[in-house]
This record gives sequence, C-alpha cells and structure tokens, in this order.
Amino acid sequence: MPPGDEVVLRVENLVKHFPVKGRVPFTSGGVVKAVDGVSFDLRRGETLGVVGESGCGKSTLARMLVGLEQPTSGAVRFGTSVVHQARGRELRALRRRIQIVLQDPYTSLNPRRTIREILLQPFEIHPDVLDRRRRIERIKELLDLVGLDPGLHLDRYPHQFSGGQRQRIGIARALALSPDVIVCDEPVSALDVSVQAQVVNLLERLQEELGVAYVFIAHDLSVVRHISDRVAVMYLGKLVETGPEVSLYESPRHPYTRALLSAVPVPDPAGRQGRQRILLAGDPPSPVDPPSGCRFRTRCWQAADTCATTEPPLAAGAHPVACHFPLAA
Amino acid sequence: MSLLEIADLKVAFPGPTGPVNAVNGVSLRIESGQTLAILGESGSGKSVTAQAVTGILDVPPATVSGSVQLRGRELLTLSRKQRERVSGEEIGMVFQDAMAALNPVFTVGHQIVEVLRVRRGMSRADARRRAVELVDRVRIPAAKDRMRDYPHQFSGGMRQRIMIALAIALEPDLLIADEPTTALDVTVQAQVMELLAEIQRDSGMGLLLITHDLGVVAEVADDVAVMYAGRIVERGTVEQIFAGPAHPYTEGLLNSMPRVDRRDEQLYAIPGAPPNPARLPAGCPFHLRCPRATDECRVVLPPLLALPADRASACHHHEEVLDATRR
Repeated sequence: MPPGDEVVLRVENLVKHFPVKGRVPFTSGGVVKAVDGVSFDLRRGETLGVVGESGCGKSTLARMLVGLEQPTSGAVRFGTSVVHQARGRELRALRRRIQIVLQDPYTSLNPRRTIREILLQPFEIHPDVLDRRRRIERIKELLDLVGLDPGLHLDRYPHQFSGGQRQRIGIARALALSPDVIVCDEPVSALDVSVQAQVVNLLERLQEELGVAYVFIAHDLSVVRHISDRVAVMYLGKLVETGPEVSLYESPRHPYTRALLSAVPVPDPAGRQGRQRILLAGDPPSPVDPPSGCRFRTRCWQAADTCATTEPPLAAGAHPVACHFPLAA
Repeated sequence: MSLLEIADLKVAFPGPTGPVNAVNGVSLRIESGQTLAILGESGSGKSVTAQAVTGILDVPPATVSGSVQLRGRELLTLSRKQRERVSGEEIGMVFQDAMAALNPVFTVGHQIVEVLRVRRGMSRADARRRAVELVDRVRIPAAKDRMRDYPHQFSGGMRQRIMIALAIALEPDLLIADEPTTALDVTVQAQVMELLAEIQRDSGMGLLLITHDLGVVAEVADDVAVMYAGRIVERGTVEQIFAGPAHPYTEGLLNSMPRVDRRDEQLYAIPGAPPNPARLPAGCPFHLRCPRATDECRVVLPPLLALPADRASACHHHEEVLDATRR
C-alpha cells in the first residue's frame, strides 16, 4: 500500500525539558533540553526515519509520541485528539491507535509471563476490541503474521526465545490492536546482523499488508535509508533537515547530515581510498547548555558570525534544512 | 616468522550438560603492520579467541589447547607470571566498554603513570611527561589538564581514546581491539578508527580487530577471517571477501546488509538464528541456515580448505558459491 496524503500523526513544536539537580543539594542545575521544538507530519502508511547520535533526543521524542512522557510544551495530534490532553475513553482509544516497539527484546517482554499472556494483555486492557472467545485465534494469527509458528510457542516464556524471535513477539504485541502508527525505537540495533535483515523485511511486509505508518528511530543510517520514505535528521533536540529518502541521502544540504553520512562505513573495500570523509571534531555539546544560535556551529566547518547569534529555522517544503549556509543540492 | 601465529586453538567452558566448545580449532597469522579482522556474530567465538591470545581467560574453568606464538615464542605454555609480562608489554588491548576497562576510582593520569612506572621503571616525573604525550597522541584536547580527571568525566569517545593511550603506552607489537567502536556514535567511530589506523601506520604494530560490523571491516582491514560457531569458515584479503565470498555465510551477511550509498529493494535475510555453541548441529554448523546445503553438509563437517590466491573456505560447495558471487 503506497503512503497516502492523509496525515495520521501531526507533531507540533514538541518540547521536553528535564530538570537537573545542581551540584549543591536543593539547587537547580538547569534543564536538559532533550527535545526542543520538533514538528513533523506522518502520513498514513509511510515510514518516517529519525536519525541522530546518542543524546540527540530521539528516544525522548519516541516516548512522547506514544504518551509515555508528558511534553513541556507542544502537541501530538492524532485525528481530532491531542495525545497528552486526552483522558479516559478518548485516551484509551488513542493508545490503541499508536503503539511502540522498543530496542531491547530482552527487557521489553515480562519474563514471568508466557507468550500467551503477553499477547492477550492488549485485549484485556481493551476488552471491547475483540470477543473473549476469538482472542486465542487472533493471537495465533498475529504469531503467524510475524513469522512465528503459532502451534509451538504459546506456553513458553520470553527467555526460551532468541533475540530475533523476541523482537517478533514485541512486534506482534504492537500489532494486536491494529494500530495506525507504530513508533519503532531502535528496533533492530540489539540484533545480530544476520537477524536484523529478517526483522527489517518483516516490518516492510507488515506495512504493505496492513498500511500501518512507522516512525522509525535509529542511529544506523543504512537501515534507516533502507526502510524509510522520508528521513528527519536530529541534532541536540532539534530537526536540522528533513526530506525524502533519496534526496536527503543523495544530496544532503545540512553540513551535519553530510558529515554523518560520510562517517558511515561502506562495505566496499574497493572504494575506500577515494572516499571523501568529513571528520567532525569532538563530541556533541551538552544539551544542558546548547550553543547559542545554530546548535551545530561548534562542530561546523563553515560556521560564520551569524550562526552564533541567529538560530536558523527549519522552513516548510519538501526538503527543508535549518542552516544559514545550506550546501548546494 | 609471523608476529602472531595461532594454530588449532580450542577453547571450552564447562556447561551444565558438558563442555561448551566456544572455539573449535582456529588457525590464523598476523604480520607486523597488518590489520586482520575477525568478523562474526554473537557466540561465534571471536572474542574468546582474542581472550585466549591475551591470556585474560581464566584457566580453569576454561580449557585452552593448541598453539599461540608471538614472534615464534609459545604463549600457552608460559607460566602465569611470564604470560602476564608478555601480554602486558607486547600485546595491547582495547575493549568495547572503556568504562569497565578503566578503573573508576583512579584518575586517568594515575592509571597511565602507574603502568609506565611498574613496567618501565620510569621515575614519577618521566612517567608523567610520557603520559601527557600519550594522551596528547590520542588527540585529547588540553591533555595536561585532563590527567587529573576520572574516567567518568570523559565522553564515550574520549574514554575510548584514553584506553587506546593506555594500550599503546608500552609500545606493544600487537594491538587487539575487541569491538572498539561498537558503543560509539558513527561520527565518533570514524574518529577512533582513523586514530587507530594512524597509530598503526606510525608504529608498525599488528592489529587484530574483532568486530561484527562489515562496514568497519571494509574500511580498515587488510585480511579478514569470518567466524561462525567457533570456527573460521572463510579467510582471505578484504578485497577477495567483499568482491566474491567463498562461503555461503559470508555471502548471506553481505547480502543482508543495507547500504547507505544505495537503496536495495529487498534485503536477503539469512533464515534462523546463530546456533547455541552448546548444541551445534551435526555436519556443517551452518547447514540449517544455508540455501546451498546438501546431504553431505548435514553429515560431514567441511574443513577449512586452501583455495587458489591464498584464501580459504570451509564449505563443500565453495566453487558453486564463488561462481555465483564473483562479479
């Protein structure tokens, strides 16, 4: 199913600040600006990849999208509802529609519950979705859908499965209530290379069959390129560039995007001599005290005076870039 | 004489149902100035191989057999004391998790100075000067001021550099790096790999790189040994392996990897999961996941056979694989 034009999830200027304790007891150490003004639209059936280095705020963003974290300001809109204002029945309905798959299949499944219990739980929380007598049938369908043998597995515990199988169980749980959006937070990074491809292929097949939209958060730029229709690049709590997969990867316009892409090792030893690599100096600055103006300027090779004083906005359009001196496309 | 020569190395650990053979007869060699990558997934035995070489494996409970020679000198038969001296001074080690490898209660300056004083008998002042040089060598800004900092005060990439400084403090002939950049962000990973390559160019040491990352291997290795279920299943130069693998496992790995420089429509996925080393299947350990498996593979374990052009493959059907993968 090709992605349509209908927006399923609209993220408006989302901000999350975490207070930090100061060195002296009972004083404040300021705030960590984990997510600092992120906006995007997610269309039905599409995959939006979000890439960035550790500490850029991508996991905090994921947690806010599914309502696990209360934003400091801004809104996540699903249809006519606002995720963090919804209460009661409306909230429950929302939670059915937006699900999450987490990185670590070892800790995201309760070790004391059988697979049957884990997969029945969504229906116990949302009993009106499916008649009690049809639930076992449905979880067998789900297991089949994610490529696990439904007959064999139901009464076993998570530790009896391999990492790849556990991630499939996590995906089956996320699919149980037929959501419109699944937020995948590093869903394949804990898996072995040979198993990664299985799970990536599974996610792609499920999207084709069910038309679910993904927000696919990862640090692996190769995996994100493979699975995404559009990609957003995050740096220190802000999006610095978003665009369709091809144009973002083939002609990145933000210096950070270009440096990030050039740092990815390519499995092709023949070309390694001629490869142009931009080596960024140092580490990303602390989100407690981000640089003034453009946050990337401290590591940028073309930073000018303007960059220290004026923050470049992320304009609208198909391939916007938040930079005063965007690279030629 | 090679810098490092491993022959028929076997490592086993006691398990609840008998010994678990983590390494099942690994043979390889590294020359000075050369980078050999051992590529493998979790449970393939790549880290245990490295640990057996460095002697940090606890024996017992582990049992180690075979031969590990550094410049012609057998390490496995050395006494514990001699072994510690050799692995301390002639083999440097860099691990994935610098926080676990550095002592959290001493400053990094103290840790480097200590090594130089104990092993080289340097005076405090000389050792301090040399330690600052080393920290500067791994490109830590304001090296002198940072000597008084504790490991937790450094970022992940900086800690990795400190560990590299510590590993090269005694100018080892061989550096063993076990997943040195796996925990790092891609921009920092590029910096650290660049640094390792530069230090190797300058010092001429041999580098044994243990990794699961095909991209890193392609970027830095001269030679590659692919491990699966405790064995080397394929060995060759990095060009040979990436241009035309001779083992279906390597072939599958290369096809299952998405690439940042192009978009493939569908990834090949190797079916199943890596086997449990305690319960290896009969015959070729890869046959359950192999699209080319035949009856022979289910019964006969294929040996690592030398092929033309100084490469090797442990597959009954290596000619078929080579024909299919040669571009």
